[in-house]
Amino acid sequence: MATVFLPAMLRELAGGTTQVAATGATVAEVIADLERQFPGIQDRLTEGGELRSNLAVAIDGEVSPDGIREPVSEQSEVHFVLALSGG
Amino acid sequence: MSTYSVIGTRPIRHDGADKVTGRALYGADLQLAGLLHGAILRSPHAHARIIKIDTSKAAALPGVRAVVTADDLPDSGDRMVDLGEGETPLSFIRGNVLAKGKVLYRGHAVAGVAAVSAHVAEQAANLIQVEYEVLPCVLTAPSAMADGATLLHDNLMMKELGQNTGKPSNVSEHFRHLMGDPAAGFAQADVVVERVFDTATVHQGYIEPHNATALWNNDGRVQIWCSTQGSFVVRDATACVLDVPVSQVKVTPMEIGGGFGGKIPVYLEPVAALLSKKSGRPVKLLMSRRDVFEATGPTPGSHIRVKLGATKEGKLVAGEAYLAYEAGAYPGAMVGPGAMCVFAAYDIPNIVIDGYDVVVNKPSTAAYRAPGATNAAFATESVVDEIAEKLGVDPLELRLRNAAKEGTRRADGPKYPRVGCIEVLEAMKNSDHYKSPLTGPNQGRGVAIGFWFNVGLPSACTIAVNADGTVTLVEGSTDIGGTRTSIAMQAAEVLGLPAEKVQPTVVDTDSVGFTAVTGGSRTTFATGMAAHDAAQDVVRQMKERALKFWKMDAATPVEFAKGVFTAGDKSITWNELCTKQARTGGPVVGRASVNPRGVGGSFAGAIADVEVDPETGKVTVLRFTSVQDAGKAIHPSYVEGQMQGGSVQGIGWGLNEEYYMSPDGTMMNSSLLDYRMPTALDLPMIETIIVEVPNPGHPFGVRGVGEANIVPPPGALANAIYHAVGVRMNSLPMKPSAVMEAIWSK
Repeated sequence: MATVFLPAMLRELAGGTTQVAATGATVAEVIADLERQFPGIQDRLTEGGELRSNLAVAIDGEVSPDGIREPVSEQSEVHFVLALSGG
Repeated sequence: MSTYSVIGTRPIRHDGADKVTGRALYGADLQLAGLLHGAILRSPHAHARIIKIDTSKAAALPGVRAVVTADDLPDSGDRMVDLGEGETPLSFIRGNVLAKGKVLYRGHAVAGVAAVSAHVAEQAANLIQVEYEVLPCVLTAPSAMADGATLLHDNLMMKELGQNTGKPSNVSEHFRHLMGDPAAGFAQADVVVERVFDTATVHQGYIEPHNATALWNNDGRVQIWCSTQGSFVVRDATACVLDVPVSQVKVTPMEIGGGFGGKIPVYLEPVAALLSKKSGRPVKLLMSRRDVFEATGPTPGSHIRVKLGATKEGKLVAGEAYLAYEAGAYPGAMVGPGAMCVFAAYDIPNIVIDGYDVVVNKPSTAAYRAPGATNAAFATESVVDEIAEKLGVDPLELRLRNAAKEGTRRADGPKYPRVGCIEVLEAMKNSDHYKSPLTGPNQGRGVAIGFWFNVGLPSACTIAVNADGTVTLVEGSTDIGGTRTSIAMQAAEVLGLPAEKVQPTVVDTDSVGFTAVTGGSRTTFATGMAAHDAAQDVVRQMKERALKFWKMDAATPVEFAKGVFTAGDKSITWNELCTKQARTGGPVVGRASVNPRGVGGSFAGAIADVEVDPETGKVTVLRFTSVQDAGKAIHPSYVEGQMQGGSVQGIGWGLNEEYYMSPDGTMMNSSLLDYRMPTALDLPMIETIIVEVPNPGHPFGVRGVGEANIVPPPGALANAIYHAVGVRMNSLPMKPSAVMEAIWSK
């Protein structure tokens, strides 16, 4: 199972846990599994079937351009981070 | 020994002749048949309710062709929209273009006029009568956050750690990053330093003011010519504000005289389009310097508290940061990236960071080179310097003991891939500058480091092969720092051509695939990758053409090296094959579109020597060195130029620049005479050291270099001032009066 690191702002939904195990071959499936474990978390991460536009997902430290479609492996670290642009 | 023939060389820039002879066309140069000239009426108040707008006298003035207010904007309801900077309510974007109901900062656009001349337009704007109910204003994050503070928006509800509180507030959002156990970390520390810092609002200071010309055709198509960092962002934002499909808007980016993040939002474009729609003529709007200061997006002022704990061995064990950034009139203060960068240069196991996005009665802020990071690094680098002094450790040595590296986990979660923080610090330590002695009294040396992410985002590119052996490269990244050439060089390397034989052209939004902004240090990385891939597509097609020319089986392997295609005993040069296109299938056009992964962040460092006049507080920069990891410098001169430019802007931010505000919210220094940016006469030559730790995510190892260099200068200067005269400066700018007050308080 992939290891999902929960941002501080989502930890109250998971009883204060900082990281959880979740199943899924893609980020979308991982989020679905998180929702089963911690109801309400999906709404905080997605909107209209996509990641919220202020969020990005990083798999093993690399921000994915494919968002919820990004493949996830059993050994993956999954982070939900602020989507950045820059100056 | 480099294996490249083009990458790493210094060819003359493709747009050089146009730029130095004054032939390059900027937005203000544009002339169209029947062109009208526009003017904007702006609010004289920082915060007021609009009771009534009477445009009748303006409309009746001879020569006036159209007058618009917010009532002319479509009323298609509010919704969240994403224009590449995260979701924002459409009402906020429209409200910043033309104020509706309230003005939220002095300079806020209230109405627009189009007339036969700029003078008539200005005269008409002054005839518009606006009745205001003036309201109290809040100008800093702490005052806007105070209990009972005047609220800017009745409908802005504070988000507290991701949850909507339903409570109206000037704090749009409070978020937190938490890693490890900060309390336990501080308990292990032998030295703890905690300081509070304030930084002033500063402007990017691009020389060319904003401009926009629009033509709303009878067929419903809107054409826009403007100065922008992202023609597609202008297209999408204008379409959104005007409630028309993106396919109905075509944006042509003119040359751009600087942006630095400030030319991403739209201000004039939708107003010019509305005026054109009403008048049936093209309309040009130009900003004055005062407009630029008062009505575009500076970077946030901030109130920051940083606390760091270290063991006596010099290991940082805990960090705590509180960041309250001024968003200006609408949310979006870049405090998120500030929080991601505040401790980004260090491997600290226990961290808590609280960030607050706070609206105030100043212009809505925009990005500015590494947005949010410079404020944060000023605080952190000052505290790190103080810890080094308390421990009796060389400040670079302390940084090296704690430097972020591959595998270091950032406070926002992910671990770093291969990064060059240690290499930058080692280059600083080994530099001639750092090894040289200071030579006089009241002189001091300071160092600092900083980090900025790179982003990927989409880019598209096509390359057409010409019969004379040259190629034409079409791209959509507006060129604010020599990127035409840095992109063309990457194609040239793949094609085995000199850079001069690749002619890059930046085109309008109808002529190339979607390309994201020139920002986020992405252009040489991402559009360069598109150019690399498009050139590979050209090579693949040219190999097919060679086989066709030789009448050989299509599956035969073809080699391409040093400008020659070879298969078995057959060979043909690039130049000769270029002449055979028509007889082997027609023109060869390579294409690529990317949304790349593999972005590599960049670390930068600064060494500053200063001399402080103890009687006036004036700080003179004696010597300044910028060090930055470029991954691989495609065109070293342009990398050095970015490092020098970012350093100078950082020095200005550190020593001189600020929005000097009156209590009623008026910027008192809205001219380049009074807003004191450093000039060549104020500075020594900025020395540069390029470090190259290749980014494994790019075919040539590129890391974007446009931003990280602005992050360390204010911290380095603060530390240099301390080592010169023994005072710790906790606010920016460190202007003479502030230095004198600190000296007197010692």
